[in-house]
Amino acid sequence: MAQEATPPLVELKNISISFGGIQAVDDASLDLHAGEVVALLGHNGAGKSTLIKILSGAYRRDAGTILVKGEEAVIGNPRDAKKYGIETIYQTLALADNVDAAANLFLGRELRTRWGTLDDVAMESQTRKVMGRLNPRFQRFKEPVSKLSGGQRQSVAIARAIHFDARILIMDEPTAALGPQETAQVGELVKQLKADGIGIFLISHDIHDVFDLADRVCVMKNGQVVGTARTQDVTKDEVLGMIILGKCPPGAVPGPGAAPLS
Amino acid sequence: MSDATAEVPVDRARATEAGPIGRFLNATELDTRMLGMLGALLIIWLMFHVLSGGLFLTPRNLWNLSVQSASVAVMATGMVLVIVTRNIDLSVGSILGFVGMIMGVTQAQLLPGILGFGHPAIWLLAALAGLCVGVTIGALHGFVIAYLGVPAFIVTLGGLLVWRGGAWWVTSGQTVAPMDATFRLMGGGVDGSIGATWSWIVGIVACVAVVLMLMNARSQRRRFSFPRRPIWAEAFLGAVTCSLILGAVWVANSYPWPVGIVRRYAQANNIEIPEGGLFIAHGIAIPVLIALVVGIAMTFIANRTRFGRYVFAIGGNPEAAELAGINTRWVTMKIFMLMGGLAAVGAMISTARLNAATNAQGTLDELLVIAAAVIGGTSLSGGVGTIAGAMLGAMLMQSLASGMILLGVDTPLQNIVVGLALVVAVWLDTVYRRRVG
Repeated sequence: MAQEATPPLVELKNISISFGGIQAVDDASLDLHAGEVVALLGHNGAGKSTLIKILSGAYRRDAGTILVKGEEAVIGNPRDAKKYGIETIYQTLALADNVDAAANLFLGRELRTRWGTLDDVAMESQTRKVMGRLNPRFQRFKEPVSKLSGGQRQSVAIARAIHFDARILIMDEPTAALGPQETAQVGELVKQLKADGIGIFLISHDIHDVFDLADRVCVMKNGQVVGTARTQDVTKDEVLGMIILGKCPPGAVPGPGAAPLS
Repeated sequence: MSDATAEVPVDRARATEAGPIGRFLNATELDTRMLGMLGALLIIWLMFHVLSGGLFLTPRNLWNLSVQSASVAVMATGMVLVIVTRNIDLSVGSILGFVGMIMGVTQAQLLPGILGFGHPAIWLLAALAGLCVGVTIGALHGFVIAYLGVPAFIVTLGGLLVWRGGAWWVTSGQTVAPMDATFRLMGGGVDGSIGATWSWIVGIVACVAVVLMLMNARSQRRRFSFPRRPIWAEAFLGAVTCSLILGAVWVANSYPWPVGIVRRYAQANNIEIPEGGLFIAHGIAIPVLIALVVGIAMTFIANRTRFGRYVFAIGGNPEAAELAGINTRWVTMKIFMLMGGLAAVGAMISTARLNAATNAQGTLDELLVIAAAVIGGTSLSGGVGTIAGAMLGAMLMQSLASGMILLGVDTPLQNIVVGLALVVAVWLDTVYRRRVG
C-alpha cells in the first residue's frame, strides 16, 4: 500500500494496563492509516474496549506509547484525545439522557454568544444540519435524548463524533443497538468517512458485522493481540479461529497473544 | 395534579394528535409540572383561606409569607444544582448559623471598634466577610467531595456537626445583637421594604424585561427559521406573566404600615394625618427582592451558561460528561462553593430579620431546603430540576407552616402535616413522571 511510506495516523505501541491485578491489556500494539478501516475483534472481555479507551483518553495506560502522525502524543483525558482529532462513539453511546440532541452534540464544546452565554439557537441550527444528513427523518430536537429510539440515539452519538472534524474515529460496537436497515446505513457512513480520509477503528465481537467493511483486522484475546491481517489475506473462518482459539493463520502477522503452533 | 395532565401526549411530536388542552400546552410550551405545582399552591391557599375564616389571602399574610420564604428559597436554588448532580448538602443550616455568627461578630463587635459605630461601610464589609466564609466552606466541602472522593452525604453530615459547633465557638454560645441598621434592611420589615413607588417601578421593569425576552427568543428562532410558537401563545404567555408580576406588586402595595409607625413617621415629617388614617404601603420587601434576584441569576446560570449545562449533563450521566471532556470534579467543587455562598445570603436575610445572630440559627433549615427543592421537582436520582420549581417549593412549605399557625395547629401536628405533605408531593411527582415521561 502507498500509505506505508508515510507514518501511520495513529500508532499504539506496547500498551499495557491493569485493574487491581488483572492485566486487561498486555503489551498490545496496533496502528491505523488515513482512510483505513481497522476492525478490532475479540470476545467480550478480550480487552478491545479497554485498549481503545486508552486511546480516547478515558483510561490512563500503565505502559506504552501513543504516536499520532509519528509524534508522541500526550493523552491524559478525553479532552486531550479530542485535541488530536480522536473522536469516539462508545458502546454505551455516552449520552446525557436528560438533555436534548443539540446539548449532547456540543457537550464540552458549546457554542457561545459574544456575551459568553450558550448560543442554543446556533447549536440547534448546526444540529439540524448534521442530523439532517445522518437521519433525515429526525425531528425531535427539543426532547431529551432519553425519549429517542435506539437508532436515533445512535445517530446523535455518531453526529457528535463526526461533527468536529475527526481524523481518527473509534466506533465501539456501533451497530449493537441497531436494526438491519440502520446497520446498513452505518456501513454506508463508514465507507463515506473512509473516502474522506478518516482513519476508523471498528470494534466488534461479531466478525460478520465488520469483515466486509474493514481493510485489516486485529484480533485480541485475554488482553493480548493474537494477530493482525489484511482482510484479503485471511478468510472469515481463519479470523474466527483467531478469536476463539488464538490460532494465528499464515496470512496474518502474529502478536504476543498468538497460541504456539502445535 | 397528575390527572389533569395525564392525557397530554407529550411523547408525540405532532400537535395535531392532541386534544384542545394538549394543543394549548404544545403551543405555549408550558411546563405542565410547574402548572401542577401552581395549582397545588393555589388549592392550599384557598383551603387555608376558607378554614381560617378569610385570614390567609390577605396582603399582610401574603407579604409575611414572602418574607418568611426568602431565606429558604435562596438556599433552595443552590440545592437544586447540588441534587441535580446526584449530591446532597446536609450542612446548609449549619453553614447559615456559622456564617450568621461571623457576620454578627464582624458588624457588632469587630468593625465598630475599627471604623466607629454606625459607619456606612459596616454592613457591606460584614456581608462580604460572610460571603467569603460561606464560599470558602463550600469550597472545602466541594474539594473533599470532588477530589478526595468522599460521598457528599458524609462530608456534609460532618459539616452539619462541625459548623454548628463552630457557630457556638465563635462567641462561646452568646447571642450577638443588635445588627447594623443598614444590614437590618435585608431582613424586611417597615424599613426593609422599598415602598409603593419603587415597587411599581420594579414591577414595570420586570414586565418590560419579560416582553423583551419573549421577543428576543422569537427573533432568534426566526433567524434560523425554526418552528415558532403561534403569536397568540406568545401574547398569552406575556400577558399572564405580566399580570402575575403586577398582581404581586399590587398585593405588596396593599399592605400598609402599622398605625403606630405611621403616626411616628407623620410626626417626624410634619405630615397631617387625614381622617381615617394615613395609608403608607410596605411595597416589596428587600429580602424578597434579594430572593428574586438570586432566583433570576441562578436560572440564568442553570440555563444559559456552560457551567449550568455541565451541571445537568453530569446529573444525567456522569460518565458521559467525563468522556465528553468536562472537568466534572471542578464543576462539582464550584457547585458546592455556590451553595456555600447562597447559604451566606440566607444567613444575611435571617440574621437581619431576627436582628441578632444566634448559634442555633438555621437549625433544620437543611431539611426545609432539601424538601423545597424536591417538592419543586428536583429528582434525587439526578439530572432533573428547576430553580423556579424549588422557589415555589419553598413557598409551598412556608404556606403550609404559616397556614397551620394561623389555624392554631399545635407544633407537633404541624411537623406531622409537613412531613406527610413532602412524601405525598414526591409520590405524586413519581406518578406524574411515570405517566408523562
